[in-house]
Amino acid sequence: MSETSGQDGHADGHHGASIELESLTKRYPGSPQPAVDNVSMEIKAGEVVIFVGPSGCGKSTTLKMINRLIEPTGGRIRIGGEDVTDIDPVKLRRKVGYAIQSAGLFPHMTVAQNIALVPRMIGWPKPRIRSRVEELLDLVGLDPGEFHGRYPRQLSGGQQQRVGVARALAADPPVLLMDEPFGAVDPITRDHLQDELIRLQHELHKTIVFVTHDFDEAIKLGDRIAVLRERSHIAQFDTPEAILTNPADDFVSGFVGAGAALKRLNLTRVRDVEITDYPTASVDDPLQEIFNRLRASGTNEVLLLDRRGRPYKWLRRGDMMRAKGSLARAGTLVHDTVTRDATLRDALEAVLTDSAGRVAVTGRRGEYTGVVDMETLMNSVHELLEADRLEALEAQHELETARADRTHAEQEGDGGEKKA
Amino acid sequence: MTFWEYLGNRHQQLLADAYQHASAVFQCMVVATLLGVLIGVATYQSGWAGNLATLSTSTILTIPSLAMIGLLIPVVGLGVPPTVIALTLYGLLPIVRNSIVGLRGVDPSLVDAARGIGMSRLARLLRVELPLAWPPILTGIRVSTQMLMGIAAIAAYASGPGLGNVIFRGLASLGSANALNQVLAGTLGIIVLALLFDAAYVLIGRLTIPRGIRV
Repeated sequence: MSETSGQDGHADGHHGASIELESLTKRYPGSPQPAVDNVSMEIKAGEVVIFVGPSGCGKSTTLKMINRLIEPTGGRIRIGGEDVTDIDPVKLRRKVGYAIQSAGLFPHMTVAQNIALVPRMIGWPKPRIRSRVEELLDLVGLDPGEFHGRYPRQLSGGQQQRVGVARALAADPPVLLMDEPFGAVDPITRDHLQDELIRLQHELHKTIVFVTHDFDEAIKLGDRIAVLRERSHIAQFDTPEAILTNPADDFVSGFVGAGAALKRLNLTRVRDVEITDYPTASVDDPLQEIFNRLRASGTNEVLLLDRRGRPYKWLRRGDMMRAKGSLARAGTLVHDTVTRDATLRDALEAVLTDSAGRVAVTGRRGEYTGVVDMETLMNSVHELLEADRLEALEAQHELETARADRTHAEQEGDGGEKKA
Repeated sequence: MTFWEYLGNRHQQLLADAYQHASAVFQCMVVATLLGVLIGVATYQSGWAGNLATLSTSTILTIPSLAMIGLLIPVVGLGVPPTVIALTLYGLLPIVRNSIVGLRGVDPSLVDAARGIGMSRLARLLRVELPLAWPPILTGIRVSTQMLMGIAAIAAYASGPGLGNVIFRGLASLGSANALNQVLAGTLGIIVLALLFDAAYVLIGRLTIPRGIRV
């Protein structure tokens, strides 16, 4: 029987499950104001939703009500259409992965034992648990052979956090709750873990609810962001693009902070913008041919590629003159490249630091695919911002039309029919 | 008779007494451990219950052991019963206190994590809280045992078993040829037993404290 329920979980796991919160409220005895006041939201299956807001705004409390670590005083929670507000919380939590700040690994258990906890509790057979542990370690980028038998204190903060995520994913739950999971690691590791999470989500398509107070993290990870103000009131719940270009009010724009256009650059990858082609030559080409190509292209410069097609040197016309038959010492070495998956922000950084204001774009194995320069970037950003603005206006318009329709329908007397 | 001759002559009697002494302490420790951890588990979550448990066990400890055994004789008679009851009661304090301190000292975020991944109350206690609180509890057991070794000697006053008999016999016949030897043999015997038990606890600690939390 446990086998079947496990497989059900598996089937769910591949799709994620929707989460509906309906007028969720938490009131603590002795305080006049509720900690979380009447929160309603719908989270689609397979979506990454970020709760972001100042400390003490109730975002963590709201998250913990989803798996009922904190019991709501009012409202309903539905996961995958099923009302889970009154089911056994222990059963509910086994279907909902939970990862917390500084991982929360049990120090007296090995990495493998920590990951195996939930599968063991729901009664998976031993061989299946063992292979699942290996699979998960592999998934979060830790070598199973090396890390299997280690204790948490023998791991770095980043590695612990990976194991924490693996443990949360162990029984393949459709929903994953993450409570500031990367809050306690250094910025470089955090950046790395965020990239890993994005990669994981591409493979897994879980429904993820993620709490953070770091707006940049929210932009990077979220499909949609819920900006929460005190008592978990939703100030704005929308895509990162929409929040950046069209913040709902002063609170949201204050939270977005300065440099929204710069942050917007984080949301677009180099592959999404126009890459210009550049005259190139191989190190093996004869000098005369390179010279001819340079003259034919009409530019002042040619990009020299090494034998594996990777950017090697920038050659100017003057360099060629001085080369006198050998390219060995001519030109300037390419010191920085960006991949097609890099964000526009990374590309801008590289362009700004380059003396000639351009940077070579490389493919998966480091081979040359094109060049971006200042002009391309600026044009792209303008286009992006313009498109966002139009989209936001359109969405607003739609919303207003829908609202008007509803008011209209209610006035027509449909409201009475609904009640009956 | 020198001390060594005395030991040579009486070694059988002494070994029997030592065995009984050790056995009494061991059995009372088992009962005290079970009771002590149970009391700890039952009370650690509530502030006043935990304090009450610690307070009442430490009150027991302030009663002089001789008086305690004396008071028990009219109630339960002579011999083994007052010994066992007194030893168990005295053994409770360090265990109860360390259980409560140990269980309360478990990192709340770990308890939160255990709840969050769907562990039931019992699983949380058995798989997370008790294993993490085990090192301080074991220390409590160790302290208890040391204490009971000494207190068990008093049990001879109520005709209880153990090395106390040898000491009491010696004290009763002070001035006679073997009096000093008897007191010395009894006392040294208790010290040796205490050291042996302590060594056993070190071994138990090595075997039962998981590598991940060993200091």
